[in-house]
Amino acid sequence: MAKITLDNLAHSYLANPANEADYALKELNHDWDDGAAYALLGSSGCGKSTLLNIISGLLQPSQGRILFNGQDVTHSPTAKRNIAQVFQFPVVYDTMTVHDNLAFPLRNRGRDEAYVAERVNNIARMIGMEDVLSKKARGLTADAKQKISLGRGMVREDVNALLFDEPLTVIDPHMKWELRTQLKSLHHEFGHTMIYVTHDQTEALTFADKVVVMYDGRVVQIGTPEELFERPEHTFVGYFIGSPGMNVLTADVQGTEARVGGSTIPLGGGYRSMQGSKVEIGVRPEFVKLSRTDGLPVSIQRVEDVGRHKIVRATFEGHEINIIANEDDVIGADMTRVSFDPAHVNVYVNDWRVAPDGSQSVGEAA
Amino acid sequence: MEKTVNQKAWFLVLPVLILVAFSAVIPLMTVVNYSVQDTFGNNQFFWAGLEWFGEMLRDDRMWGALGRQLFFSGTILLIQIPLGVFVALNMPKKGIWASFCLVLMSLPLLIPWNVVGTIWQIFGRADIGLLGYTLDALGIDYNYTSDAVAAWVTIIVMDVWHWTSLVALLAYAGLQSIPDAYYQAAKIDQASRWKVFRFIELPKMMGVLMIAILLRFMDSFMIYTEPFVVTGGGPGSTTTLLSIDLVKMALGQFDLGPAAAFSIMYFLVILLISWVFYTVMVNLDKRGS
Repeated sequence: MAKITLDNLAHSYLANPANEADYALKELNHDWDDGAAYALLGSSGCGKSTLLNIISGLLQPSQGRILFNGQDVTHSPTAKRNIAQVFQFPVVYDTMTVHDNLAFPLRNRGRDEAYVAERVNNIARMIGMEDVLSKKARGLTADAKQKISLGRGMVREDVNALLFDEPLTVIDPHMKWELRTQLKSLHHEFGHTMIYVTHDQTEALTFADKVVVMYDGRVVQIGTPEELFERPEHTFVGYFIGSPGMNVLTADVQGTEARVGGSTIPLGGGYRSMQGSKVEIGVRPEFVKLSRTDGLPVSIQRVEDVGRHKIVRATFEGHEINIIANEDDVIGADMTRVSFDPAHVNVYVNDWRVAPDGSQSVGEAA
Repeated sequence: MEKTVNQKAWFLVLPVLILVAFSAVIPLMTVVNYSVQDTFGNNQFFWAGLEWFGEMLRDDRMWGALGRQLFFSGTILLIQIPLGVFVALNMPKKGIWASFCLVLMSLPLLIPWNVVGTIWQIFGRADIGLLGYTLDALGIDYNYTSDAVAAWVTIIVMDVWHWTSLVALLAYAGLQSIPDAYYQAAKIDQASRWKVFRFIELPKMMGVLMIAILLRFMDSFMIYTEPFVVTGGGPGSTTTLLSIDLVKMALGQFDLGPAAAFSIMYFLVILLISWVFYTVMVNLDKRGS
């Protein structure tokens, strides 16, 4: 178990990266606290797997250092780092039995057979594969194989960190939930540092204490699920987290007001005037309210009932916006007014959040 | 469901029947026909029954050729399969050198058999051949026309040179189909190089390797041109393989009856070994899953 420090880390798959766009992973400084469970969230191709492979030593970074408990391991091979990693697609050793598959990482490290047998039985119970231990791995279904891969990742107790690279992609939804719960309980029991890569926000938010959101090779925000929801530091976080995502509108911000088209929206604080940059306001659908009389004019396009609440698709000043209404709210044709909760309207300059006093948020430094 | 009965549909398979008849059935039946008859020329044939088969089975000459043939096929398989796998493992996976290697490897496969024979026939000569001359200069007594060991070494090395590429290319194709994640997982699991080969590469290559072994067995068991051009089956009959012996008998001595019986047994042996091999492979595969 270890604290993992990334120091000025960046990676490019090109031999001679010329500019920032050539970097798959842009410069990054971050500490992964010992024993914490992180989710690494982002759309496909944003550099999540690159970061994971650098931590596990499968990939050498173009620049920067990785430290485990303060010790530089940038050039140490994977074996020395003592890391467990589970990949997106199942990797099993076809010709071995399920038992031998699970035992493989332990045997390679020369552990005695009594210990191996005990660990393998524990893990088999955890992933529900006790009855197929003596079967060859080849004939199993894809999700059974992925369970073996997960099991192989968890079989070692002394790992520095457990890395999961979208491990539940091929698993059916019911089993997904069960395995995720088990990963969580495993985390509670042993306190391994865990990093869980996913592009599924539900998965990220239920699994992790802290969520790291990546966008275009850059870490745009690190925070608890609540922080990501309440104060997205980057418009991408706003879009990506939440269902539907944050409404982002081009605006002209002056003082305590934002002007969108002909309407004026009150803000929760005062802002300096921001000229010459891309200025937007973002407000989550949860903080938008429809009414008959109060607020600004809006026209409703359609209403979707998704069970626990209703999603109203509407047009406001030529922008598509989403509004979340309670399940038992009646949406009438005469509800042509909308209001935004000033405390939850965020202002973005060039996609980064700006705090009310006018200074740029910390997000950009990351 | 009601089936439509239309006997005329049989005519649709007629073209294939004709094709197969002319390419396989009729020639084979001709051989069967010869194998049960005797002739004194003038196109007069007499019924001989299974006499030729009995005679061939008692003939030391055929057993000798069969023994040499099995030795030849066994030896080249034992060399070519591991060597081909070894070459494939060491070929670059991508980039310009991968293409270069692929082209280089396929070159021997593109050379006609009799040319391969001629190349090695000249290559091994002590007077004008690079190999023969060099060995001679080094003081090694190498003469494939008079020394049986030298003759054997020559035809085996020649076959290895000609065909190892095929095994290597097939094995390479098998290796290329292994996703990177397997190697990464092996690193995470701290598997040694040998274990990576044993538990990842070999299992994934097994399918193509089986095809390689089967192809190389059948081809080598029927080999004729290359050794014939180099040694002519000599010195004596030390390198006379089955097909060389068969041609000598059928065309050299014009013993059509025995040669036909020989052919049929030859055919059956190949069929039998291939079938046994195939069955074993399929069963191994089944037991694995």
